[in-house]
Amino acid sequence: MIELGLAPLSRALAKGEFSSVELTQAYLQKIAQENSDLNAYVTVCEELALSQARAADEARSQGNAGPLTGIPIAHKDLFCTKGIRTACGSKMLDNFIAPYDATVVENFIKAGTVTLGKTNMDEFAMGSSNETSFYGPVKNPWNRNLVPGGSSGGSAAAVAARLCAGATATDTGGSIRQPASFTGITGLKPTYGRVSRWGMVAFASSLDQAGTMTQSAEDAAMMLNVMAGLDLKDSTSSDSAAEDYTKDLDKPLAGLKIGIPTQHFSEGLNADVEKCIRDAIAEFEKLGATVKEVSLDNSHLSVSAYYVIAPAEASANLSRYDGVRYGYRCKNPVNLEDMYKRTRSEGFGTEVKRRIMVGTYALSAGYYDAYYIKAQKIRRLIKNDFQKAFEEVDVIMGPTSPHTAFAIGSKNDDPVTMYLEDIYTIAVNLAGLPGMSIPAGLVNGLPVGLQIVGKDFAEAQLLNVAHKFQQATDWHTKSPVK
Amino acid sequence: MSIELDDVENIAHLARLDLTGKEKEEAASSISNILNLIDQMQSVNTDDVTPLAHAFDAVQRLREDKVTETNQRDELQKIAPETDQGLFLVPRVIE
Repeated sequence: MIELGLAPLSRALAKGEFSSVELTQAYLQKIAQENSDLNAYVTVCEELALSQARAADEARSQGNAGPLTGIPIAHKDLFCTKGIRTACGSKMLDNFIAPYDATVVENFIKAGTVTLGKTNMDEFAMGSSNETSFYGPVKNPWNRNLVPGGSSGGSAAAVAARLCAGATATDTGGSIRQPASFTGITGLKPTYGRVSRWGMVAFASSLDQAGTMTQSAEDAAMMLNVMAGLDLKDSTSSDSAAEDYTKDLDKPLAGLKIGIPTQHFSEGLNADVEKCIRDAIAEFEKLGATVKEVSLDNSHLSVSAYYVIAPAEASANLSRYDGVRYGYRCKNPVNLEDMYKRTRSEGFGTEVKRRIMVGTYALSAGYYDAYYIKAQKIRRLIKNDFQKAFEEVDVIMGPTSPHTAFAIGSKNDDPVTMYLEDIYTIAVNLAGLPGMSIPAGLVNGLPVGLQIVGKDFAEAQLLNVAHKFQQATDWHTKSPVK
Repeated sequence: MSIELDDVENIAHLARLDLTGKEKEEAASSISNILNLIDQMQSVNTDDVTPLAHAFDAVQRLREDKVTETNQRDELQKIAPETDQGLFLVPRVIE
């Protein structure tokens, strides 16, 4: 049963084909077999999961079941979970047990889901390979010498290896879409502000957005239904009304206008990956869509602007880790400054320290205008490019990543090499737009992701577009699980 | 643009980080590479562009100044490294 996706599991539970306890036990057993090698989970909540499953079965027997009642899911380890450690991939938070649940977690608990555990991730979500985690790299279930992508590598690997029915994740520059692409699953990053950030460990607050990792677009729509909506605890949460994201799934795609950005099919894109993406777009034409080229003139500057804005925001956000109120504190500090400095130097890993320093530099006197303000101006140009393109097309499509998953340890010499991993995804965060990655083919037995970008708050349309493709093709059903 | 070891020392101090000699050298080299990436921004003229701080130019939502939270001090201090009588303890600041 665990090979099924979230939506089919929901239907099977409703029909009584099996209980949530049986389903939860099956996942826990699979996790026990696989996780020591895959390293997708950093915490497994066996007792909690089984008690939630029993409660879900009880609710169902009394006629109180919703679509997600009894569905076992996993949370990326940066969503605060009351009573369960939230380490965010860092030694700094290795001992941190939040006294409250993130709004996203609370919403899933209210919906009756089962919490299987917390998934591994790059430290403070800073990475594109899951190798910066204090808890070690996650392996890609398709080939265990390869990375699963990052920063939501644990959530991606858990879904791909069928160690959960779906998982929460977050995306600041591609952290949902790139790992979804590398592991052959469906990843959805909603519009900035669509989902509450309250209780999410902050990285770059103007870019961070919570989303979903699932087998299919239908699964993602069901999860988004639980996550989306205004939350007064997050002042950047949007008050535009949330919708039923399953309602448009089956709408025909006739007349859909797809934009293909010239810049996303240029030098650096693997030729086999390009073929998969062009074949996928041809499939959409068969479904009645029309295709035209669009230009995102400033997209080549997105990585540059991002590596000012994200580290600047991170340097401010991570100043809270001072060894005073929670988290790691160094041993025997001789004075306050020694405590701050050693706590932070011993608690943070290399990449996190590097980004804090880049951000501190960009915000420091004499550099603020040249770096930070300049980056915000480029951000405006990038946003304008998308707005212009969306005057002519409904969605924009292209590759999620220039290539398939790479080998663990192969891109660690120069951080810039790793940063360029997110070349097609980062602009979407800068513009705040919703984006997805869906499986669109295999190259040498490894998954390729198609990125679909939509207009502000057009999640229902994105999911419709992705779902119709998944009805017509079977790439999303390919799995590394024998 | 590249940065030197004393720049790294200055930034590390501002960020309250303590780096070893080897870490400083690594940081000078990798941060210089990152600054070269960032400097590509200078290839575009942005004189007449308004900076964008938030994707939708949103403004801070205001609310009535009303107490909505309850006092959870004991609960929140349970996870602190060191507390005493409801206070967070740090090394002595004033001699």
